[in-house]
Amino acid sequence: MTLLSVEGLTVALPAGGDRPHAVEEIALSVDPGEIVCVVGESGSGKSITANAVMGLLPKQLPVRAGRILFEGQDLLALGAEPMRRLRGARVSMIFQEPMTALNPVMRVGEQIAEAMRVHGAGGDAARRVPELLAAVNLPDPTATARAYPFRLSGGQRQRVMIAMALALEPSLLIADEPTTALDVTTQMQILRLIREIQSRRGTGVLFITHDFGVVAEIADRVAVMQHGRIVEQGAAAEVLNRPQHPYTRALIAAVPHGAPGAARVPDSGPPVLVTKGVEKTYRRSGGWFGPKPVVRAVHDADFTLARGETLGLVGESGSGKSTLARCVVKLVEPERGEIIFEGADLRPLSRGAWKPYRKKIQMIFQDPFASLNPRRRVGEIIAEGPITHGTPRSVAEARARDLLALVQLDAGAMERYPHEFSGGQRQRIGIARALAMEPELLIADEPVSALDVSVQAQVLALLADIRDRLGLTMLFITHDLRVAAQVCDRIAVMQRGAIVEQGPTAEVFGNPQHAYTRQLLDSIPGRNWTPPVIAA
Amino acid sequence: MADFWRRFRRNRGAVVGLVILLLVFLLAALAPVIYPGSPWDMATAPFVPPGEEGMLLGSDSLGRDVAAGIAHGARISLMVGAVSTVAALLIGVTLGAIAGYLGGIADDAVMRFTEFFQTIPSFVFAILLVAIFTPTISSVVFAIAVVSWPPVARVVRAEFLSLRSREFVQAAEVLGKSRLSIVLTDILPNALSPIVVLASLMVASAILLESALSFLGLGDPNLMTWGFLIGSGRSVIRLAWWMSVFPGLAIFLTVLALNLVGEGLSDALNPRLARQRGGPA
Repeated sequence: MTLLSVEGLTVALPAGGDRPHAVEEIALSVDPGEIVCVVGESGSGKSITANAVMGLLPKQLPVRAGRILFEGQDLLALGAEPMRRLRGARVSMIFQEPMTALNPVMRVGEQIAEAMRVHGAGGDAARRVPELLAAVNLPDPTATARAYPFRLSGGQRQRVMIAMALALEPSLLIADEPTTALDVTTQMQILRLIREIQSRRGTGVLFITHDFGVVAEIADRVAVMQHGRIVEQGAAAEVLNRPQHPYTRALIAAVPHGAPGAARVPDSGPPVLVTKGVEKTYRRSGGWFGPKPVVRAVHDADFTLARGETLGLVGESGSGKSTLARCVVKLVEPERGEIIFEGADLRPLSRGAWKPYRKKIQMIFQDPFASLNPRRRVGEIIAEGPITHGTPRSVAEARARDLLALVQLDAGAMERYPHEFSGGQRQRIGIARALAMEPELLIADEPVSALDVSVQAQVLALLADIRDRLGLTMLFITHDLRVAAQVCDRIAVMQRGAIVEQGPTAEVFGNPQHAYTRQLLDSIPGRNWTPPVIAA
Repeated sequence: MADFWRRFRRNRGAVVGLVILLLVFLLAALAPVIYPGSPWDMATAPFVPPGEEGMLLGSDSLGRDVAAGIAHGARISLMVGAVSTVAALLIGVTLGAIAGYLGGIADDAVMRFTEFFQTIPSFVFAILLVAIFTPTISSVVFAIAVVSWPPVARVVRAEFLSLRSREFVQAAEVLGKSRLSIVLTDILPNALSPIVVLASLMVASAILLESALSFLGLGDPNLMTWGFLIGSGRSVIRLAWWMSVFPGLAIFLTVLALNLVGEGLSDALNPRLARQRGGPA
């Protein structure tokens, strides 16, 4: 029997949206013991679908048509009270952000017990809570139950969320991007956990994600959504390896293939950038008593960048890769070490003495929504760097127009404000701003991690093209190993502030030496799936 | 801009406030036309009740026209409100920007200095300053500005602290822009909304402060103000209620209007917050 069956679900968007319906004619089913992935880019309506099943749609998004049958009962026809009894008990949900989904002032064991109590199962709580925490592979369940959320890491919190969702042994689990906010190694553990629980208990799982790697890792069946419609649906192996719909084909073609590019001949001249013994330590004031907590953000992280080369700095969040990059541009001031750019040590230079180097070293930032000043026109944003360095305004503006063409935006963008552009377009503007300085070294700090996969592919292609055309040297920071493999000539792997392994991309990926590198590589979701080569 | 106006209009109270404020402005602008001559001159017999002998709002103990006093007083009240707010903004924004942008020791120094001003009750401090510098219009403005800049410095510092770490500011650093130009072109324009809202409320409290000082007889003795009118009517309030009530109403309406406008500005400049508050959609 089908556990969940969504039939012809249509949810309206408020008037003035970019389309009349948030989702339209959704037909979807989940069988017991099956993992169904709903995959799509941001704005495709995948979360709306999940929230409709849970009855969590805001008032502005009314259901216009369709039925949601759960164990034969139409959820849309159900009143608030029967729905509340189902929620958490028979159907439960895990959210994306484990950092905010837990009540910060309540012990986690108490929160799980509360979830049971509201469904009248509070009597068992004392016995069941440690069991549940053990079931989600948390160490020392009794101690964890007494901990407050802030003591737990992101991955541990997500496990607590899963334990809470499973507390009443629901028959359907809805997971809305449950691993997006987590590091790859943690993500892999959570995916394995969901897989394990699902096979042990026969729970049906509706799994929302944007990542085809995750789909390949976990899904039995896949539904691909675009603009609020399901465009393709079928068995995971079928959809992943033989996609039919043009949109699915485009999406899969855009997934970074993770194969190292053709090895380029490194320049044998003097290196562009050398770092030696750079150290940055954060000391928080620990009050009057006890030692001050010390975080060694960067140490033992020496690297050399040859002219025209791209070095990938990979690692998980908190590994110090961004801090190291920021040390190079003096956004963070390291306490010790040398940062040698074209033979000169930049670290001791004053703000004024640094200025000539600002032209030569430029940076692209991670978040395209935060990295452009919302109150300035795009033309000013791109032209202001050269103007600061003495280029006449008219020349700088003409150059800004050329750069917009180079990053594939039309010249009309000059007069518009950043909020009028999409994420991918803004990232292109950020790239144009960096290029306006005609830099020799470009530092890209996670330039594509905030973008949808198809946009990501476009921006990566643009970066590679510009790099080859202008002969740029690049320091490329990313947490996504597939992206790193595709873009970089050499890879440096960072862990807890230190570079633990570095070498040519093919070597690091083909024959990892350090245990941590191996662990990272094993954690790439869908590592056994090679996206099929699709003729565009 | 059209969008801003549309969001402002959604708050009906703010529109009412704006209308009242425009009427006060009109009154101030037309005062010399409607009531030519000095408001200090005797116009009729003392204690004429409102509506009699051509006295719209009655006359005071020396036969001066209360309505003329209110009209001329509007000029002083608005002027004091505006000038002292501008002065307070200059001090507050500068210090707040220094503290928030530079951080570290500069931040500590500026904030301790600010706290020093905040520990003294502002009205007592204003009285003290006016008493030291003899009551003239410029010393009143100066005193009001000196006691009202600390909240500005605090707001601006908080905004700068959060904006300083934003990526677009870091991008500006990487471009090699000077500190001054980063503050003026990148940070300040993005911190403007709360400053504008705060300024509209400061004008209101400056008017109240000035009235309170005049009421105590610490206003400029050569200028007719609302606070002076109330103060002079205080001793005869049972005999001639109109002498205190009408200037009081003028203060009340103006301050209310400024607060309503401030709230409307806040809604229009932070559309997301306004929607969360569940305002009419």
